[in-house]
Amino acid sequence: MKIVIEALIVLLILTNLKLIASSRLSACIRVVAVQGVLLGLMPLIAGQEALTLRIAALSGLTMLLKGVVFPWLLLKTLRSANVRREIEPFVGYAASLMIGAGLLFLAIWMSRQLPMPFAVTSPLIMPLAFFTMMIGLFAVISRRKAITQVLGYLVMENGIYAFGLVFAQHEPLLVELGILLDAFMAVFVMGITIFHINREFDHIDADRLSALKG
Amino acid sequence: MIFLLIGVPVLAGIIAFFIRPGWMPRFLLLAVAVTHAGLTAGVWMVEPAPVLDGWLLLDAPGQLFLSITSLLFLMVSIYAVGYLAREDWGSRQDFKEGLLFTNARESVFVCCLLLFLGTMTLVTVSQHFGLLWVAVEATTLVSAPLIYFHRHVRSLEATWKYIMICSVGIALALLGNFFLAVAATFKGQEHIPLLVKNLMDNAPALHAPWLKSAFIFMLVGYGTKMGLAPLHTWLPDAHSESPSLVSALLSGALLNCAFLAVLRIYQVCAAAGMDSYGRSLLVGFGLFSMLIAAAFIVRQIDFKRMLAYSSVEHMGILSLGVGLGAGGVYGAMLHAVNHSLTKAMLFLAAGNIIAVYKSKSTREISGVFSVLPMTGVLWVGGFLAITGSPPFGLFVSELLILKAALDQGRWGVAMAYLALLSVIFIGMAAIFCRMAQGRSSGPPATGLTPRGLKTTLFNEPLLSVLPPLALGALTLVLGLYIPEGLHRVLELAAAAVEGF
Repeated sequence: MKIVIEALIVLLILTNLKLIASSRLSACIRVVAVQGVLLGLMPLIAGQEALTLRIAALSGLTMLLKGVVFPWLLLKTLRSANVRREIEPFVGYAASLMIGAGLLFLAIWMSRQLPMPFAVTSPLIMPLAFFTMMIGLFAVISRRKAITQVLGYLVMENGIYAFGLVFAQHEPLLVELGILLDAFMAVFVMGITIFHINREFDHIDADRLSALKG
Repeated sequence: MIFLLIGVPVLAGIIAFFIRPGWMPRFLLLAVAVTHAGLTAGVWMVEPAPVLDGWLLLDAPGQLFLSITSLLFLMVSIYAVGYLAREDWGSRQDFKEGLLFTNARESVFVCCLLLFLGTMTLVTVSQHFGLLWVAVEATTLVSAPLIYFHRHVRSLEATWKYIMICSVGIALALLGNFFLAVAATFKGQEHIPLLVKNLMDNAPALHAPWLKSAFIFMLVGYGTKMGLAPLHTWLPDAHSESPSLVSALLSGALLNCAFLAVLRIYQVCAAAGMDSYGRSLLVGFGLFSMLIAAAFIVRQIDFKRMLAYSSVEHMGILSLGVGLGAGGVYGAMLHAVNHSLTKAMLFLAAGNIIAVYKSKSTREISGVFSVLPMTGVLWVGGFLAITGSPPFGLFVSELLILKAALDQGRWGVAMAYLALLSVIFIGMAAIFCRMAQGRSSGPPATGLTPRGLKTTLFNEPLLSVLPPLALGALTLVLGLYIPEGLHRVLELAAAAVEGF
């Protein structure tokens, strides 16, 4: 079991690196979709206890939302906005990968600073969570297109979700569902806003939204 | 009772989405606002029973912030009835850039307003940290369409910044929630449910380093929503570009809800004996917010942005008051009430000015007194109130916070606080006086013919003058006399915040 989980974690780390290294927006969306499915698999495998209906439902819903619904919404927005690539991000792709590697070290270091007061499924989960969050934040900051910023937000949320997996058995169902619903609403509202931005401005470059200041 | 408080606005909001624009959604809005205010008044008479195993429960801080929200919403919806009736629903010219724009559908607007009320109510009654997070994030999502009511490029930019910055900020608060869950695990086995009461009862047993990290993340996360500098960057944009009645709600009700979320985690920290740690952070954020606000208020050219920065200032004062502890917490609670009433009044008055002058520039507008006598009185009265002049309520609460600083011998904090307040007073005085006095400035530079620049006394729509007037009168009353019932709730709330 443990080897499967660690394989999953490594795959998740690779999806993060792939996200910051690719310029095609549709590829980025697919990477985030894969990440969502992998995350949804985690509680199924990682559960120390027997598989309950609750965990199965939760993980199924996660995979459905993060793996199918969000990417579908975003791909739809992408088609209406008619952009394909992230052109000239603030941080280039090679530099992004270097920074990504640095962030990975930082994440491992951070998780050593804050030891868990109880045993967790795998010691790699904490670094994974921190790393995914930092990559998400990095994508929000370093990319121009509004859609990449939404992806960054989603990846950040995924990282926090991965951290929450440590307590998958303890968080009440109502809260988990609420968090998923909020994420869904967020992507929905952001998608609509991007649609409007594209219609009003003929571009979705968030850095060119700079009329308001002072 | 609690279910009704949340359910009525949410259900009505969903209904509003499907009914046709016209008087029906407006009537629905008003009916729900009155019902909600009635229920909230009932809460002051009979304590509502906790529901869902104590997940939803109305304690003193919750009751206080719920009452502010409900009262403000009632006033704003009265204003909204007149506002929506006068809105031009076709496409028209933007007064700043001259581009054509339309409004969002009226039923969508009313729907979002009602859902906004429902989610804010949920924030005030949530006792579970997870649910609290869900509610705060929901307020962001339902209020985003409100900011994009006037569909032009600037409001779109403001909406985008609002959603992105607040969502990312609040995601950090979610991480704080999980940290709190780690802190609440005994010896690797037993988990305490994340209810405020359970956490406070078991506070000494919480894992200290994780609790500290949880506090930082939640302070930063909810602080983004609350508008604490340097995380306030969405606030001036959203407040200046949304319709004035939405700005009034954002500033008077929403920021308070985020503040309540910060208070909840502070409560737990204080009960765990880490209050000095939390306090120093709150004082730091508070003074820094005041500093940033002062820097941007002086010579501000957009008066709605000025009001927005004033909200940053007052959120700083709230945070400072709680950070000082003792009498300061009571002062902060009173200040939250006063600030909400006054700021809502000012934003509504600002809406009246914009409706006539078609401009938000502090340089172009003059002679509000002669053009709009009632709004002029409100505008100047509101200025005196918001800068903490006697005899308005904010004077009392700002004095209480100053007293708390002096009592503890924190001279540096007191000096900085006073200095910043005076800078802000002078900065705002210059702007408000220029706008209120003088002759009417004539047609604005955009060349549009201003409607009704020749309004005489009593010519202003009653529905847009009475709500701010009522709010102003309440602030004035609170400056002279605090009713016994309110005093008791304020004391209970202050005690709860300090972890007792």
